[in-house]
Amino acid sequence: MASTPPVDPNGSVATTGIDFPAAQRSTEFQRLRSTHRSFVFPLAVAFLVWYLLYVVLAIYAPGFMSTRVAGNINLGLVLGLLQFVTTFGITAAYVRFANRTLDPQATALREHLESQQSHRAETTQEARP
Amino acid sequence: MIAVPAVSLPIVQLADTPTSTVGNPAINISIFVSFVVVTLVVVIRASKSTATAADYYAGGRSFSGTQNGLAIAGDYLSAASFLGIVGAIALQGYDGFLYSIGFFVAWLVALLLIAEPLRNTGKFTMADVLSFRLRQRPVRVAASISTLAVTFFYLLAQMAGAGALVSLLLGIGSKAGQSLVIVIVGVIMIVYVLVGGMKGTTWVQIIKACLLVTGVAVMTVWILAMFGFNFSSILGAAVETNNNPAMLEPGLKYGVSEISKLDFISLGLALVLGAAGLPHVLMRFYTVPTAKEARKSVVWAISLIGLFYLFTLVLGFGAAALIGSDRIKSAPGGVNSAAPLLAYELGGSVLMGLIAAVAFATILAVVAGLAITASASFAHDIYTSVIKKGNSDPRQELRVAKTTVVIIGVISILGGIGAQGQNVAFLVALAFAVAASANLPTILYSLYWKRFTTRGAVLSMYGGLILSVVLIVFSPVMSGSETSMLPDADFAIYPLSNPGIISIPASFLLGFIGSITERRREDPVKQAEMEVRSLTGVGAEKAVNH
Repeated sequence: MASTPPVDPNGSVATTGIDFPAAQRSTEFQRLRSTHRSFVFPLAVAFLVWYLLYVVLAIYAPGFMSTRVAGNINLGLVLGLLQFVTTFGITAAYVRFANRTLDPQATALREHLESQQSHRAETTQEARP
Repeated sequence: MIAVPAVSLPIVQLADTPTSTVGNPAINISIFVSFVVVTLVVVIRASKSTATAADYYAGGRSFSGTQNGLAIAGDYLSAASFLGIVGAIALQGYDGFLYSIGFFVAWLVALLLIAEPLRNTGKFTMADVLSFRLRQRPVRVAASISTLAVTFFYLLAQMAGAGALVSLLLGIGSKAGQSLVIVIVGVIMIVYVLVGGMKGTTWVQIIKACLLVTGVAVMTVWILAMFGFNFSSILGAAVETNNNPAMLEPGLKYGVSEISKLDFISLGLALVLGAAGLPHVLMRFYTVPTAKEARKSVVWAISLIGLFYLFTLVLGFGAAALIGSDRIKSAPGGVNSAAPLLAYELGGSVLMGLIAAVAFATILAVVAGLAITASASFAHDIYTSVIKKGNSDPRQELRVAKTTVVIIGVISILGGIGAQGQNVAFLVALAFAVAASANLPTILYSLYWKRFTTRGAVLSMYGGLILSVVLIVFSPVMSGSETSMLPDADFAIYPLSNPGIISIPASFLLGFIGSITERRREDPVKQAEMEVRSLTGVGAEKAVNH
């Protein structure tokens, strides 16, 4: 079922003619979906746990966080700066993964769907503004 | 530059007690006015290609990832980040650092879970994505109301920042004088948005992001150079100036009692989960042509924002070391004046004028970004989709959007006049708490949970919104203590000053319960379409060619 533009502000004209449930069931899409989720979900949970651990340590273990590391720099500051390091690191890792693994799969699938769509458009040639 | 004396005169005359002025108001104002003139020219030039709704709301989707990344940084690094965090670190030491970390780590939620699918499935507003596979009307209305609420809290913070800055710069101590300046900032903002739409606003944000990051970088290197590039000795000097070794350890502000410890956790939660629910940040992802560019823009934003927050750590402890908390607290503008005071300490009137102009620009750009988001949400989600059922004339919709900008401008001016004197980072944290409670659960559920339903969305959005706002109203922020907005009243039943720890989990829970108890299933075809589109980008809105 394709959406009609005037009723549904989301459906763009470009998506008419694609069988989305079939596309969703296809092995290619299922592979893309699990590749995406199995990378993104654990990483999201990991950084949230690491961040919350830091917050809890800061407030409930101030003695531990006040341990001097070098000069006036204490463990709390080091752990705080490590939050920056991990954030930059996770960003780099995700971009690398998305460019190398996700994009080729997504592009192949999109091109396949768009060709399916233009094929249908040719055969059913409806009048379109 | 003929406009400089003409504009500066009436403001200076309003200053009834100019004795507390820091720096030279004439320099401050001329730098500020030149920024306004330059950006206005840019906005007017950009507006020549604003013809369609996609132009007005989404800048024709023609910005590159890099440009959009700069604009996101410009949108995100508000007065809260600059004035608020530097002030918080200068006064509360280590506890202020949590703001930097929370505001920054939060970007991973946007990068990993939201930016790309959002670009692939939406058109103009947050509600586009939320209502994609659910029933349009109730979800759109709820999303639009929560957008307006978050925008309101955010605007309060920016306007409070503007008031603080002005009182310091121009020595305007009187309420009337500060209010007049808030009116001027509000009017300029309205002009930017009305004339330039998203394109003009984006350019203002790009210019501002470059100026802000450069300005802060210069100050950071300056301070580091003063201490022989030894961060440890800045910390040492901060302890010495304030005679308080606890500055470097956690707990100075939040370690006092069990309640305040919970408050710290609540703040931490709101910060990390709020960013990805901010409607004005989400809307920026529509200004790029593809999901890949959306990803690139988040990477640019993360790099700039991370760098910026590292700089504010140096600035905050630098301000504590060179100025000391007593002088900051007693300065006009209070805690929010730490950054401009530091600039004055380093480079005198000229540097302070520059930094103040940058801070003004920051407020202006963020306010413009917020105004365009709220107006798009009202015009697109409520007017066109609900009132006109999708059949409105695009020109009419634009007119509604522009009227909304004017109304929002007026409300934010009034709110700003009311919210003077609060730490802006703290006020923004409230906006984050509302965003994390009202928006984030529904965004995540609708993108990643097949079983999610309209009832779940509506319950989660209204529940999160009402709970967070009601908790704020009954918290010490509103009443019951000296620093409250209404210091003479006391109806603070909720002991924490940030509602996040209760309202965020509650909203996730409401979304879950609402969905599993609804027997009516949502359209599986729409769900398939949304999921396939979100990951592959098929059928995503294309860029407008001019």
